[in-house]
Amino acid sequence: MIDLNINGRILQVDVDPATPLLWVIREQLGLTGTKFGCGIAQCGACTVHMNGLAVRSCVTPVSAATGSQIVTIEGIGIDGQLHPVQQAWIDEQVPQCGYCQSGQIMSAVALLTNNPSPDDAAITDAMQGNICRCGMYGRIRKAIQRVSVPAPQQLDNAVSIHEPSLMGFKEVQHG
Amino acid sequence: MGKWTRRGLITAGVVAGGALAVGVAIRPGHRVPKLSPLVAGEGEQLINTWVLIGSDNIVTAIVPHSEMGQGAQTALAQMLADELDADWNLVRFSEAPAEDEFANYAVGRGFILGGQTFPGLLEPTIDGAFLQITKALHLQITGGSASIRATGLHGMRMAGAAAREMLAAAAAEAWNVPVSEIVTQNSVLSHASSGKSAPYAEFAAAAGANAPPVHPTLKTTDQFRIMGKSVQRLDIPAKVDGSAKFGIDVVVPGMKYAAIQAAPVLGAKLKSVDTAAAKAMPGVHSVVELDEAVAVVADGWWQAKQAVAALSPIWTETPADGASSDSIYAGFKQDMDKAVAEGKEEEDLSKGDARGTLKSAHRLIEAVYKVPYLAHACMEPMNATALVADGKCEIWLGSQNPLGTKHAVAGALGLDADKVTVHNHIMGGGFGRRATDDTSLQAALIASKAGVPVKLIWSREEDMRHDHYRPAATSVFRAAFDESGAVIAWENQFVDKHEPKEAPHIPYDVPNQFIHFANSPTHVRFGPWRSVDHSQHGFFTEGFFDEVATAAGKDPFELRRELLADKPRHKAVLELAAEKANWSAKRVAGSGRGIALQQSFDSIVATVANVTVDAAGVRVTKVVCAVDCGFAVSPDALAAQMESGILYGLTAALYGEITIDKGAVVQGNFNDYPMVRMNDAPIIEVHILNSGAAMGGGGEPGTPGIAPALANAIFDATGHRIRELPVSRHDFNFKVEEEEEPHKPITLQQMGA
Repeated sequence: MIDLNINGRILQVDVDPATPLLWVIREQLGLTGTKFGCGIAQCGACTVHMNGLAVRSCVTPVSAATGSQIVTIEGIGIDGQLHPVQQAWIDEQVPQCGYCQSGQIMSAVALLTNNPSPDDAAITDAMQGNICRCGMYGRIRKAIQRVSVPAPQQLDNAVSIHEPSLMGFKEVQHG
Repeated sequence: MGKWTRRGLITAGVVAGGALAVGVAIRPGHRVPKLSPLVAGEGEQLINTWVLIGSDNIVTAIVPHSEMGQGAQTALAQMLADELDADWNLVRFSEAPAEDEFANYAVGRGFILGGQTFPGLLEPTIDGAFLQITKALHLQITGGSASIRATGLHGMRMAGAAAREMLAAAAAEAWNVPVSEIVTQNSVLSHASSGKSAPYAEFAAAAGANAPPVHPTLKTTDQFRIMGKSVQRLDIPAKVDGSAKFGIDVVVPGMKYAAIQAAPVLGAKLKSVDTAAAKAMPGVHSVVELDEAVAVVADGWWQAKQAVAALSPIWTETPADGASSDSIYAGFKQDMDKAVAEGKEEEDLSKGDARGTLKSAHRLIEAVYKVPYLAHACMEPMNATALVADGKCEIWLGSQNPLGTKHAVAGALGLDADKVTVHNHIMGGGFGRRATDDTSLQAALIASKAGVPVKLIWSREEDMRHDHYRPAATSVFRAAFDESGAVIAWENQFVDKHEPKEAPHIPYDVPNQFIHFANSPTHVRFGPWRSVDHSQHGFFTEGFFDEVATAAGKDPFELRRELLADKPRHKAVLELAAEKANWSAKRVAGSGRGIALQQSFDSIVATVANVTVDAAGVRVTKVVCAVDCGFAVSPDALAAQMESGILYGLTAALYGEITIDKGAVVQGNFNDYPMVRMNDAPIIEVHILNSGAAMGGGGEPGTPGIAPALANAIFDATGHRIRELPVSRHDFNFKVEEEEEPHKPITLQQMGA
């Protein structure tokens, strides 16, 4: 039996100690928000927190997780409310398919916990281990900036709408 | 859009709880029942959409499309709700079940075909996945960037408008007032002079008793209240707290987990396998042998994967065992040269006399373009969960074609289709990959043989090496110029044609054109990959057109603009992108700007890429994109699709390369099939042009333009033409020229008359 502290609960699992933490979280504990993407720590979909640091659970043997506080996407909310990073993800309409987003959010929360005012380089550094195949990096950056203190001026992706007019096309919305 | 004569069949009634249910089946064209069911070209097309209005005044849109991140389910609900004059806060959606009644045949035809009329579907060059699906005629496909422009336009809006008219008629009758005086707004019916009002729910049952209108009146653009607004996507909240359930997250009581090892050479079969070692490993339930693969079923997936890796299966030999990327390209060249030598070119488009013009031209240029195979690399590896018992099968997965899955699984298990239930889930990426049924068939067979419910998950390596690939391809171009420098002939020979049919065509007014192809089949299976043939032809044609501009001594934007005189939509999109990208500004040394224009899936996109190039390589700093899809139902969601399409194409352009060695795919994971990550991601600007033209698609049109825009920008920065992708193959360890002249002459291969 292996003792695990997951999302503040002490749980016992009966598995091979070499089993990656990812599969224990998903299969034994039924917490499926943490995703399998590559199995070799290349994509970040399996990111969880171990004592506040972002780790790739697909290459972390469950035996290495004993004695640590593990937090998954299901445990990131505060008093039943969304974590501010999760809310920022909604406000910026970040997810498309959404599969990588648990891992992205876990990486972002770990970053902001340790550095509440990350500059562009710090954001890139913390987030480049997480692949988003839908390519929502611009929105992820904006969402992180939204939670940063103080929020920096946003220079990223912009959208405008144009409609036909007598003089060709006129811009009707910019934001 | 294609030239369908649309005939909406609207049905209505009252279902349990007093809810009004309005369904719209659109059958364009005419039924030709005697045609073989294999011939999709003239078969029945059906878009079936439904709206329910419950006693709680909640409107539920039942959507025959699945969600892979493209936001179509929300946009479709917007279209229905707007026509219904519904209160958006009271609108929900659910995905249609995988039953024939909810098929969207029309979209299936539009899938890959881009809404064109055809008969091109059964061309012999179409192989693999799409033909399988099409043959089945049990389509419930999400693909071809078709949800909005087909189902939305002709199904959802129609259903909403019909329901609104039926509710108004019921209220008018009850209140004894003219129906023209009934106002519908925010899910409430009202009559001004009598002061009467009621929520929709109050008249749901009465409305269901009325005959539905044959031709409900649709709103005009100026009447839209919900369409055109960037509403928040309904699927996003569940995607930020881990509660969204993908196919891979399914839990079926008593289920085991399976890992699989399929034949490395596509087409090989399992000859034999010694299963003893695997069976002795901890947690292993059974080893299942399939035709082309061997699987291990175990208590946990990790155990299954360890055990399947311990197997050393023997595979049959195939004629492709010696194939390599080099031999495949050599085969392309041989087949293309042969077609020309024998005068057996497959004609794609012919206009004027291109060959004659080329022969007698003042001068000409020629170039060969080349792209490799590409994998889809969805973030969620392929998976399916199956329960086979008592002559029935249940399948849980995320599919772009759940109804096709139902029939394919039934066929594989020898069951009637009504014995198969498909539980479709949201997808962790689709991009065309999840329109094929290979994983679900494997899961069904493994579960059947193992006698327990099984969740089959492919490892990333299995996923990478057994994809249905964007094909490797090559194009050979020639262009001719007259003495004034005007381009007067364009010849393009390419290899293998799939869909959309118009992908190799250019919008520019070149008087003499000959576009043709040669068939050169390989053992590597074809799959529709985001934008399908546009993904290679966009790069080929827009890359070579840039060379034409350079040879003509023209600015690439200006020449495109000149030759679009009769295409106002294209011209407007191109000009908007150029203006927003500050095209005319001088470049600084070491940086470059490239432009590309591509119409696909009835939308027009212009892309401007800004790059810097130094010894460390190429960096894309900013991409400006302009898009005209007629009308953006949800502008922010469209912008997100453009951003996504651009990044998907950028990964392919910079890094994407699947190679073949000894018949097998070499790459296996993100370490050798790299992705654009945040450090590579450019700033992206999206400028939407609501031209009012017929609606086009959004999911794919962002992808084709980025590779040529990038290649053209690299030329602008360095004078080095990228004719072969990925860019990472090219050596940029050379001195970047410092001059500020934006477009340097290239060496032209002069050929006499």
